[in-house]
Amino acid sequence: MNAPATERFVVPIGPQHPALKEPGHFEFTVEGETVVDATVRLGYAHRGIEKGAEGRNWTQTLYLIERICGICSHIHSTAYAVGVEQLAEVEVPARAQAIREIICELERVHSHLLWLGVAAHDAGFDTLFMYTWRDRETVMDILETMSGNRVHYSANVLGGVKFDLTDESAVAILKGVEFLEERTHHYRKVVSEDAFFLQRTRGVGTMTHAEALALGVVGPTARASGVARDVRLDAPYVAYADFPARIQLLTAGDLEARFLARLDELLDSFRLIRVLVAGLPAGELTAKRMPRKLKPGEVISRVEAPRGELFYYIRSTGGEQPDRVKVRTPTLCNMGSVITQTIGHNLADVPMILVGIDPCFSCNDRAVTVRRAGDDNGRAWAWADLRRYGIDYYRRIRN
Amino acid sequence: MDTITTQSPPRWRTMLDRLRNWSLANSPWLVHYNSGSCNGCDIEILATLTPRYDLERLGVKLQGSPRHADVLVCTGPVTRQSADRLRRIYDQMPEPKFVVAVGACSISGGAFRGCYNILGGVDEVIPVDVYVPGCAPRPEAIIHGVAVLLKKLQPDRAEEIDRLLVEAGAVVGEEEGIDEPNAELLGAR
Repeated sequence: MNAPATERFVVPIGPQHPALKEPGHFEFTVEGETVVDATVRLGYAHRGIEKGAEGRNWTQTLYLIERICGICSHIHSTAYAVGVEQLAEVEVPARAQAIREIICELERVHSHLLWLGVAAHDAGFDTLFMYTWRDRETVMDILETMSGNRVHYSANVLGGVKFDLTDESAVAILKGVEFLEERTHHYRKVVSEDAFFLQRTRGVGTMTHAEALALGVVGPTARASGVARDVRLDAPYVAYADFPARIQLLTAGDLEARFLARLDELLDSFRLIRVLVAGLPAGELTAKRMPRKLKPGEVISRVEAPRGELFYYIRSTGGEQPDRVKVRTPTLCNMGSVITQTIGHNLADVPMILVGIDPCFSCNDRAVTVRRAGDDNGRAWAWADLRRYGIDYYRRIRN
Repeated sequence: MDTITTQSPPRWRTMLDRLRNWSLANSPWLVHYNSGSCNGCDIEILATLTPRYDLERLGVKLQGSPRHADVLVCTGPVTRQSADRLRRIYDQMPEPKFVVAVGACSISGGAFRGCYNILGGVDEVIPVDVYVPGCAPRPEAIIHGVAVLLKKLQPDRAEEIDRLLVEAGAVVGEEEGIDEPNAELLGAR
């Protein structure tokens, strides 16, 4: 049946949908094949971690924070640990910082490979999905050799790291990195030369430099549009001042550029891991003493997660527990760009555009209230208020 | 579970159930729902289906629609937002249906237990047949969980499934042995 092209349909996607590995709900208004409007509804994975952190002590919170995201768990705990150590004025040994950086980069490798596979799957290129996931097991093995776990490595403790880099794991890392580097060159070739794949990526979801700046996107999504923004260079944390990363910039701003930006980052990560393993400073793994209670104060901690800038605000009132932990994740910054990019594209391109920002809903789903400066000082929200607000909000954006 | 063992059912019913169990146990189709997970278990489920572990060799297939699925694989604690959806997905699945809860969170709420938006484990909302503990459970543990379910459905194929498990590397061979209490712990209710 041919509906007239002017007729509009709303296509709901999610929260359970084959193209989504995580719960999120999207409504795309289509005119024929073309998307003319899009709304997103998030919050299915909102667990209340920030509030939960206030009921746990500094150390317990570290392990809760790690479980914000299973893909980039180390970077979350690093951001938190770096912030808390700054509050406690604890000096972390150089060796511990370098080991943190190794794990950060290994995590980036695993996250980008995972993403490449999932993105290929969404493009209907399952062969690439299977190959990347097979190769990704190499880096999972390395992480397991080092930490004993595949997903939540728990590398960080407050004031240092939990395990050392043994000779055995150094050998495993170098061997694994060599194999993965070769494979990544191959994938780069596939992504930039395969004619069918390019039809799904080249010129799709293009975001210009100006748009990227206006939308405030972060991470590889921004760097693929030529925005030179990388916390590892702008504000080096852990050992990034001594072992700097190199920024990977592209200007095209389309999906192809986002693929290439991440693959280039992989290659740079391999280089960085080699440099780190070779030049690992000697020394202790943890600081001498980490106080149980922290002085009153507040701190901001920024790190570069695989998906972009991750921002933590931590406040202490002098107790054993944090008074406030605020997390702003890269997906939240990038999500707005999906909504604007999809408009004007075919519905079939929507999953690819969504996956192009490497969305992570479990990171993303947190409560945000935006207040104008000079408004009232805020108020406590009871469960009934939140519910009321949610119903009103979604009724409003629907109309 | 009542569709599998009914009290003195008519003969045709028994036959039909046996046929249904046979086809289901040979090729269970999974549908996956993340009800608030951190993604850790989700990526391990995907890893289970990709070449290293390749759960498809047991006839298992992950697909999109709950209406085509036999087994619902749940990850994560149940958040207040997703509880409704989880129940709806379960209701949409045709009988007989089974639920595998993967990860510590889906068993009890895990690290998030006590957070304001968490209802608890998956069994707060829907009945669960197999629990797979771990944070996140290794792919081997997930394979084992699925195998426990398959063995329960088809006890006479138990040996064959065990052999496949050893081949898949999910269980170390007899000589090293998987402890009985452990197997029970991983096992069904």
